Amino acid sequence: MIDFLQQLGKNTRTSFTKLGRGSFFLLQTISGILSVLPRPRLLLNQMYSIGVLSFLIITISGLFVGMVLGLQGYYVLSDFGAEETLGVMVAASLVRELGPVVSALLFAGRAGSALTAEIGLMKATEQLSGMEMMAVDPIKRIISPRFLAGFLSMPLLAALFSAIGVIGGQMVGSGLLGVDEGAYWSQMQANMDFRDDILNGVIKSIVFGFVSSWIALFEGYDAIPTSEGVSRATTRTVVNSAFSILGLDFILTVFMFGDN
Amino acid sequence: MQHTSTQDTLVGLFVASGIVGLFFLALQVSNLSSFTEHDSYTVTARFENSGGLKVKSPVSAAGVKIGQVTAISFDPKTYESVVKLSIDKQYSTLPDDTTASVFTAGLLGEQYVNLDAGGSEEYLKEGGKIDVTNSAIILEKALGQFLFKSAEEKK
Amino acid sequence: MDNSVTSQNSLVSVQSLSFSRGNKKIFDDISLEFERGKITAIMGPSGTGKTTLLKLIGGQLFPEQGSVTVDGNNVHRLRRSDLYNLRKRMGMLFQSGALLTDMSVFDNVAFPLREHTHLPESMIRTLVLMKLQAVGLRGARKLMPNELSGGMARRIALARAIALDPMMIMYDEPFTGQDPISKGALVHLIKSLNVTLGLTSIIVSHDVQETAAIADYIYVISEGKVVGQGTPKEIEQSESDWVQQFMTGAADGPVHFHYPAKDYVDDLLSTGNRY
Repeated sequence: MIDFLQQLGKNTRTSFTKLGRGSFFLLQTISGILSVLPRPRLLLNQMYSIGVLSFLIITISGLFVGMVLGLQGYYVLSDFGAEETLGVMVAASLVRELGPVVSALLFAGRAGSALTAEIGLMKATEQLSGMEMMAVDPIKRIISPRFLAGFLSMPLLAALFSAIGVIGGQMVGSGLLGVDEGAYWSQMQANMDFRDDILNGVIKSIVFGFVSSWIALFEGYDAIPTSEGVSRATTRTVVNSAFSILGLDFILTVFMFGDN
Repeated sequence: MQHTSTQDTLVGLFVASGIVGLFFLALQVSNLSSFTEHDSYTVTARFENSGGLKVKSPVSAAGVKIGQVTAISFDPKTYESVVKLSIDKQYSTLPDDTTASVFTAGLLGEQYVNLDAGGSEEYLKEGGKIDVTNSAIILEKALGQFLFKSAEEKK
Repeated sequence: MDNSVTSQNSLVSVQSLSFSRGNKKIFDDISLEFERGKITAIMGPSGTGKTTLLKLIGGQLFPEQGSVTVDGNNVHRLRRSDLYNLRKRMGMLFQSGALLTDMSVFDNVAFPLREHTHLPESMIRTLVLMKLQAVGLRGARKLMPNELSGGMARRIALARAIALDPMMIMYDEPFTGQDPISKGALVHLIKSLNVTLGLTSIIVSHDVQETAAIADYIYVISEGKVVGQGTPKEIEQSESDWVQQFMTGAADGPVHFHYPAKDYVDDLLSTGNRY
């Protein structure tokens, strides 16, 4: 019993110190963004490896999620003779929830884990401390551009995911199952609101991008500089990002859609 | 740092397609385009009962969407529901004796305002009033009446 | 070992420095002087914190006690921006080379120039080629770090360390894991850079022969203390058993071959626990 309490206390302490280190790291990273702005090349390179390389997985997943939604939605709605509202169902699920959440989870798995591994390896091979000794601040040079790129890419990726999903739903719904194409779009437009639905979805994806980039970079920067330490940090990135994204999604949903 | 120009192109494509995605969501998926690009005018209709009508419910004429509900309030003097309808400017030739009715799209569908054009030479203008209205059909009420009637007839 | 001696001519001066990691004392009140324009070596067995000492000099770690002075500046009292300015004049060669893996050899050497100067690209090219020529690898400029052998990576890292023409350079185990030819090349390079550029060099190493061949002065460290110092000649003739064992590489001596354990025969005959 005493052992258990001791362990609990120890764990609490380590997680709090980690949270403290993480917050300090975030502050440094954000203040480092100022020195990225005059050097767009640094940002551009990272937009490539974070955004462009996630493009394929996001668009293909978006297409399939949209098609599955079209199929499942049709079977449920046709029981009530309400196939016409398929567009609403597909768009609402994508824009409000699946777009931001699934693309953030994919982002954490694709780009987040790669970021952790990259930073962790740079630490393990002394590249970060080498940079420090060359009087180059690794936070400003390495971390901040990646953070900014992740933060900017996420809403774009989520929007792509939703947009392609809506088109996928339409392809299955009206192409395969015979829902009227005009009804698909007009019902959707009548019921989806720009501010309540689209904007809230974008805000969600911005929050997710912020949090998962932070987690990925911090886990890499904080990794034990050995191959085992880096591989553990990579796993932690995926797990912690998934928890944070899903938890935050619930909280944000309560605030955004709770009073309707 | 090699192939920077191809990289730049791809980043540009990525950002552009992301922005296209956002615009697509704003214009094609949500209703941002339908009433911000065109001007609209507002008319008021009073209903005895506006039923399940909501703000942003569609306003249509002959089955075509021409506007939307912008406000619903209760008039404590006349005990009526005051509904403000925002109608697209391009449909400015609605006669002033147009009838407004609250209809339901399908059995379980949402409710909307249907406008039936009258025969007047005068057209509805900004701030105009629709005098002839038909209230929402409340399913429970209709059923009750039907049952009551058939019971009466049996006697 | 008189701690109060501060030579006027020393560029780096470590004064009664103590540092520990966890409960283990890495340095216990040591004082070292590094003279300008000379090659000073710090020798000692693995795990005595020699790399830690370089990080303390570079201001990446903070000591518990004592001070480090580089060119008249107390490294650990400097403001961050001043420390960074000082570091521009300090080169460091990491054991692994620490080349940036996503850049070519050329870009690696150009990195400090691009970060700290606003020179036009044509001048950067000239400077980079000069530095690469100095380490004999001008022909390898297009290779990526993963295409280099260990010895080449270290030479490239050396070219990068001298890119900003520093006043001193710190070598962390430059000879470890190198074949004899690479070792020879590095020994030659360190010596010639020292002579031609007038660099102050600090070498941390446990490779006795190579280090003794080029060092002007040697400190031998063990268990957080300086156990011997002097010119290579003096060290070779040291009466200290410990220094003798280290320099000759005898398997047994003051440092025992066996890790502390209970009696061998008893251990073999005992039964029961696996350990």
